Parts: sequence; C-alpha cells; structure tokens
Amino acid sequence: MTNPLTITEKIILAHTDLDTVSPGDIVNARVDIALGNDITAPIAIKEFDTIGVCDVFDREKIALVPDHFVPNKDIASAKQAKMLREFAKKYDIKYYFESGEVGIEHALLPEQGIVLPGDLVIGADSHTCTYGALGAFSTGVGSTDLAYAMAFGEIWLKIPYSIKVIFDGEPNKWVSGKDLILFLIGKIGVEGANYMALEFSGSTVKYLTMADRLTISNMAIEAGAKSGIFEPDEITEEYVSKRAKRDYIVYKSDPDAEYIKTLKYDTTKINPQVAFPHLPENSVDVKEAAAKNIKIDQSVIGSCTNGRIEDLRIAASVLKGKKIAKYTRLMVIPATPEIYLMAEKEGLIDIFMNAGGVVSTPTCGPCLGGYMGILADGEKAISSTNRNFKGRMGDITSEVYLANPAVCAASAITGKISSPDEVA
Amino acid sequence: MLLKGKVFKFGDNIDTDAIIPARYLNDSDPENLRKHCMEDADPSFASNVNKGDFIAAGVNFGCGSSREHAPIAIKASGVPLVIAKSFARIFYRNSFNIGLLILEADTDSIDSGDILEVDSDKGEIKNITKNITINAKPIPKFMAELVSAGGLMEHARKRVKEGFKK
Repeated sequence: MTNPLTITEKIILAHTDLDTVSPGDIVNARVDIALGNDITAPIAIKEFDTIGVCDVFDREKIALVPDHFVPNKDIASAKQAKMLREFAKKYDIKYYFESGEVGIEHALLPEQGIVLPGDLVIGADSHTCTYGALGAFSTGVGSTDLAYAMAFGEIWLKIPYSIKVIFDGEPNKWVSGKDLILFLIGKIGVEGANYMALEFSGSTVKYLTMADRLTISNMAIEAGAKSGIFEPDEITEEYVSKRAKRDYIVYKSDPDAEYIKTLKYDTTKINPQVAFPHLPENSVDVKEAAAKNIKIDQSVIGSCTNGRIEDLRIAASVLKGKKIAKYTRLMVIPATPEIYLMAEKEGLIDIFMNAGGVVSTPTCGPCLGGYMGILADGEKAISSTNRNFKGRMGDITSEVYLANPAVCAASAITGKISSPDEVA
Repeated sequence: MLLKGKVFKFGDNIDTDAIIPARYLNDSDPENLRKHCMEDADPSFASNVNKGDFIAAGVNFGCGSSREHAPIAIKASGVPLVIAKSFARIFYRNSFNIGLLILEADTDSIDSGDILEVDSDKGEIKNITKNITINAKPIPKFMAELVSAGGLMEHARKRVKEGFKK
C-alpha cells in the first residue's frame, strides 16, 4: 500500500515505473497524447528532425492541430501549416486535422474522445491544462518537450503540490464556469498556483456541465497552475462514454491525500465576473464593471475557453431578436466544426447574424491578436477568451476585458460593459 | 559559468506576449524573433541590447503562453541570463530545455544599466555598480544536469546514439 495520493499524483505515478511519488520529485513519465499546433509544432518538428530517431514513438498518440493561424492568414503561416501537414503525412499521424475538420485544439480533442480520463497529456500550448476537466493529468509544455515526447513518448515532470479548491452551493443565474475561475484567479492572483496542481471539488461541481468544467480547467494556467483537475463523476462519464474509442481509467484522490492548501468559496455569493486589463486577476463583479460605463468597440465570443455549444446557446439566448449597438462589432467563433453545425441546426447562427454579428470558421483568431478581429489603438474589447495582457488582441494601447459569453453578448447589445440582466 | 553584463530591468508579470507578440509567431526563425524581442514591454530593447547583456525582472516572468519563441528570442538577442524573483513554470522549463540560463533572486536592488558579475554555478550575483552581492536560489540538480548536458535535445541525441530503439 502506497502513501495516500491525490488524483494528480496517482495519474502521474501510473505513467512511471516507480512505486510511489511525492511533490517535488522529478520523474520521467509516459505520455498518452502529445499535442502541437501550427505555432508550436514547427519548432518541435525542426528539433525532432535533429534527434536521429527514424520514427515517432506512436502514430496514434500524437495530435497535430493547426488552429491558430488557419485557414492560413499569410504566406508565412501557410508554410508553418505545411510543415505540420508534411510531418503528419510522413509519419502517418492519426490525429491530424485539415481545414474543414479542424477545431480549436482544446475543444476538439475532448469532443472527439482523443483525450480521456486518467490520461497523461502534454501539449505545446499553455491551455493544454483544459483536459483536467475530464480527470486527466494534462499540462502545457514547450516545443522542445513536444519534440522529445514525439520521439520517445516520455516527458520529464516535477510532481506538483496540489491546492484543493472547494466551491459549495448552486451557481446564481448567469454564473458559469468562467465566473468561478475568474473569481478564483482574482482571489489567488496570476501567480497564485505557480508550479502547482489545482484540484476542484465541492457541492457546486454537480451543477457544472462539462463545458463549465473545461472552461475552469482551461484557465488554471492563468493562476500559474501546472494543471487543473476534476475527479470524474456521472457527468464526466456521460460525456466521455459516447466519445471514447479506447479504454480509460477513472482516478480519485485518497480521502487523506495531502494538499499544500485548501481554499473554500461560497458559490452562491459569486456573480458574473469581468477581468479588467491587463491581468486575468483583475476580476470584479459585473455590476461593479457595468457601473463604470465602459464603452466597447468589439465583443468576442469563442476560443478554447468559451467557444463550446453551451457558450453559443447562452449568448444566443441573450442576443435573440436584438441588434448590437451601432459602431460595435460582434464576433462569434464556434470552436469546432461539430459545434458550428449544431449552432446552425439550432438556429443560433441566424440569431448572431441577425443581431449584426459575424460568425467565423473555427480558429483561435483574435484571442491572441494574431489573426482576425484585431484591435486598433485605444480600442476596447470584451471577450470570452482567457488573457487580457497588454496588446494581446492587437495594438499595444488596446484593452481586453474578460467575461463569460452572456456578459459579452449583453455588452455587444448595449455597446458598453453590461450585465445580461440589463438586456433580458 | 562566469558572466558579466549590463542589465535591462523589467517589472512584474512580464508575459510571453510582451516578450514576443503573437503577430510575429508565423515565423520561428530565431533571427526574426530577435528583432521583436521584448517589443511590447520596451520597443527599443531589440536595437539597444548587446551580446552579453542581462534581463532582470520582478515576479512571474514569462507567464502566459507556452511559446518557446519567447526564450528563443531572448537567447537570440545575445542575452545569456535572465534573473527574476520568480518565473512562470512553462517559461522556466523551456529555458532549461533550450539552454537559456535563468536564476531566481531578489531583484529589487537591480536597476536598468547596472553592471553585474554573475557566477551561475554558485548563484552569486555581484552588482558592480551598486557594490552589493545577492544570492540566487540554487538550481535544482536535475535542471543543472540538463543545462550541463547541453539542453534536452542534446540529451535526446545522446540517447539515440547510445542505442535507443523504438
């Protein structure tokens, strides 16, 4: 019998040849899925070619997802996408996605059942922590790590200390996973969980859809965390069982597992949040934000954080039959083709376009200011994305306010940061 | 390793978008990344930095994206060492993986333009300008070995040469 372990420690341990692990240990762990995108994989591919191996470790355990600058925004990005395509062809990579089937990586992989509970996933993208929502250990790394993992199927990892975050009670109207995570980051700061694993629990969890949980785990990195995990429950099982094409293992923390810290919040006291420029920790109650009368130029609904069908549904419920404010732009980005088709069938696309919005093909797009929906000097955006760093969405003097899709939709209607209650 | 150089000082939470903005990530050539290094934190950095100069910063340096372009851009600028109060974890591992030296130390007494002499093995940072010596946190053994092995890719090539078979 090993010492009591957290879910994070158990998953990592199961991917080593060790008898037990403790926080601070550095281990070499086997990888179930190694992920790269059109920004990070090109460097990994160049490095991979210098290693001297004649094949990838497993063609079924690598995912290459060109989602950042695709459909190719310019010649340079086309060349990067081409590198992924040629590598995928050469090694017959199973999970490579061409335009038309590609979605935003962290929405696509769970949706397609490629990442599963109990997996150890590394990705050359910081938001790889998203899959913690499924009960996987999943973390962002760099391109060199990806190159190494593609060659050997292994990654060096420091076993993280875990912080237990307990949310208790039923969420209020308009409060989603986005608000809980923005609230938490506001409490602990952007460095509050640096190097650590966040483990989410409490009675609120049963009210959270998989979309909510994916949003929460997605933004664990915004508190500096290595990962953000939920123990799988019936909601996870319902989501995963119809998607999984291979076996998976459900892990749970031992009751006496050790945590470096336990944080407890009353969900019933949390309202929708808005994070002010230029850090995700600058979160305040939407009512406080609305009172400041902040005019916006653009509203963005999409990204690996909030581009899922549940996000589009709630945004559409706010926008239905309404028009967005004059001189304001609304951009809606379904995160995957499956989500896009569902939105089409449910009439959501009609609602967005009739309101005066544009609907884009799945892409990271404006979130990182590389492509589409870029802000001019002095412009302000409210966005359902994950980062509001200086210049993140465009000009260095532009500003990004982070919020949930309902707040973004309401703000597009009024042209200023608003609570959904104001337009309901 | 003994290093001597001039400091460019930055504040807290310098994110990877500030180190290398996403608008330049359609290219991974170190020379092209170098031209835009630190652009959104100090637009004059790329033209003013000289080989051997250091970057010093406050807490959480390199937070945000996992883009390895960030440490690559810094290394390509000729900067051999970044000293900060703390580093975001992906930036931390990326730096060791690609062989950019980073040290955690209290940087409050360090200002732009200060000349430092650094003994990276001992973690000793002598501020020649201010005549102060500060000590960096020791580098974990595994990380030190990774650096002395020449980074993760060098380790990978060695593993293949020593007979790794799939």
